[in-house]
Amino acid sequence: MGMTEAILLTIATAATPLLIAALGELVVERSGVLNLGVEGMMIMGAVGGFAAASLTGNPWIGILIAILFGAITSLAFAFLTLSLAANQVATGLALTILGLGLSGLIGEPFVGQAGIKLSNISIPVLTDLPLVGPLLFGQDPIFYMSIALVIGVAWFLFRTRFGLTLRSIGDNHISAHALGIPVLRYRYFAVMFGGACAGLAGGHLSLVYTPQWVENMSAGRGWIALALVVFASWRPARVLAGAYLFGAVSIGQLHAQALGVGVPSQLLTALPYIATIVVLVLISQNVRTTLINTPAMLGRAFVPER
Amino acid sequence: MRKLLIGIAGIAAMTLGMASAAVAADKTKVCFVYVGSKTDGGWTQAHDIGRMELQAHFGDKVETAFIENVAEGPQATAVIERFARAKCDLIFTTSFGFMDPTLEVAAKFPDVKFEHATGYKSADNVTSYNSRFYEGRYIQGQIAAKVSEKGVAGYIASFPIPEVVQGINAFTLGAQSVNPDFKLKVVWVNTWFDAGKEADAAKALIDQGVDILTQHTDSTGPMQVAAEHGVKAFGQASDMIAAGPETQLTAIIDTWGAYYIKRTQAVMDGTWATQSTWDGLVDGILQMAPYTNMPDDVKSMAAATEAAIISGELHPFTGPVTKQDGSAWLTDGEVAEDGVLLGLNFYVAGVDDQLPQ
Repeated sequence: MGMTEAILLTIATAATPLLIAALGELVVERSGVLNLGVEGMMIMGAVGGFAAASLTGNPWIGILIAILFGAITSLAFAFLTLSLAANQVATGLALTILGLGLSGLIGEPFVGQAGIKLSNISIPVLTDLPLVGPLLFGQDPIFYMSIALVIGVAWFLFRTRFGLTLRSIGDNHISAHALGIPVLRYRYFAVMFGGACAGLAGGHLSLVYTPQWVENMSAGRGWIALALVVFASWRPARVLAGAYLFGAVSIGQLHAQALGVGVPSQLLTALPYIATIVVLVLISQNVRTTLINTPAMLGRAFVPER
Repeated sequence: MRKLLIGIAGIAAMTLGMASAAVAADKTKVCFVYVGSKTDGGWTQAHDIGRMELQAHFGDKVETAFIENVAEGPQATAVIERFARAKCDLIFTTSFGFMDPTLEVAAKFPDVKFEHATGYKSADNVTSYNSRFYEGRYIQGQIAAKVSEKGVAGYIASFPIPEVVQGINAFTLGAQSVNPDFKLKVVWVNTWFDAGKEADAAKALIDQGVDILTQHTDSTGPMQVAAEHGVKAFGQASDMIAAGPETQLTAIIDTWGAYYIKRTQAVMDGTWATQSTWDGLVDGILQMAPYTNMPDDVKSMAAATEAAIISGELHPFTGPVTKQDGSAWLTDGEVAEDGVLLGLNFYVAGVDDQLPQ
């Protein structure tokens, strides 16, 4: 395997958890709910996935439990913010703190254990093709799931009736309610989908990226995913672009350092963030298109009249 | 939401209650501020093992407390001050970035004793303590030069502080003592702990052709990547053999327990005074994990070097040593002074990197 393939594969691995978590949050935000607890749900997925894989010896059960852990954690958020109409920003932050603490507690017996890695797929002949082989036919299964999710989410939001309804709730929940749409039910499902995605992203961290469990192993990736949603102006395809741009720049700067390029490493480390901001500024030039995509009800509580 | 708030208030009240109950007892209270999680498998875990040894040694006579995952910066000041207010007699702050926060709080609480790890500033009630990690790095460099087939090693570095620069230089000097042409590639990740990022750096270095990895970051991520790619690696701060049974050559193990016991005893006896501790292999504050996954002759070379450092026969920074820019640093037989090492901000020749300033 040549260096180009190696670099591209590393970029894909780095981008995948960001992409999955950001896609989940995109659906949540499209429904008008702002869940800042992505980091907390992600780390719960990571610990749940690792624990399950380690207890059963099967990484696929780990992935399943990771998704489940993320979804259950998000349910706590959904109950507080949707049923009790609590402040979404405060509850989301609390969810992150809760997730980081609780995952440490759950994960204590698993620290230092050898992890089980979800192995890359391998198709005879195809995987051995030069360059495209390992990239298209030799990656880990979660990578393919992430690509399928991009297509799935885009199709759901813009090509189905349910997606249209979800977006209309995000734009005006009072009108949607007046039309008889069950606003809270939709939002519950959206939040749980976001949780499941964050959980899957966490499972990727503890079963593919670095197959081990250590406290705080999400290391801020949930926050980057949140930023990616805004960066992408709530469009799935742009989330894909953003996640890979971020991954490419973060991996690229490591290679630049290893090559001995004479640029200060602090600057290189900041590069992914600088690149993100620059692109954000560029695509924000047109205020109207940005506004069209922004869910108008984002972060506002909805209390149906009884 | 109201119920939740009541619950939080209840927990807060309970915590306060426990804190005041603890003060009542006539115990020496020793508190620890950790930068990472106590189960990180590296740096912080080593400190926490030291804390547990301290607790086991004194039993009922001391009470220990710790707060983990404390970010370097303003948050650290708040946490240290909280400990000072909670009537801790002795507070250990265990990360370089806690240095200024420790001094800031110490000025406000003259009766509390503070000890800061790996820094260089002290005060009437602040001692700095450190370990000569570079002694272990020198041995690692020698092993790397023997085991490497390509003659290039990769170094995953955290922040460009003297402690890390010492390690990079000592590793290079050790390697060059075996193979004068040995090269070292350095990647700075600007974090102490991010398993994913450390793993990415490890992959980047391996892709660039290194066949030995060493790290000055705290997670076992790089060890795992090394195992996956079939290259060898060194553990950091704790024995990381579990993450790479066929990968780890050795590890620098920090053993703080004896030091913590000694200093707590000094507080109990009323003999605690500010000092500047910089212990090494000879004091046992630093130990080498078993030499594994290498030929026997390399093992015996490493053991001999270790013995020479312990006996004082060998100092890793002994001239002739040339700086990276080609100018002379140490003349033949000259040994670097501690003061220079503690402020080290340049590379020796052979490091394939520009030091971030």
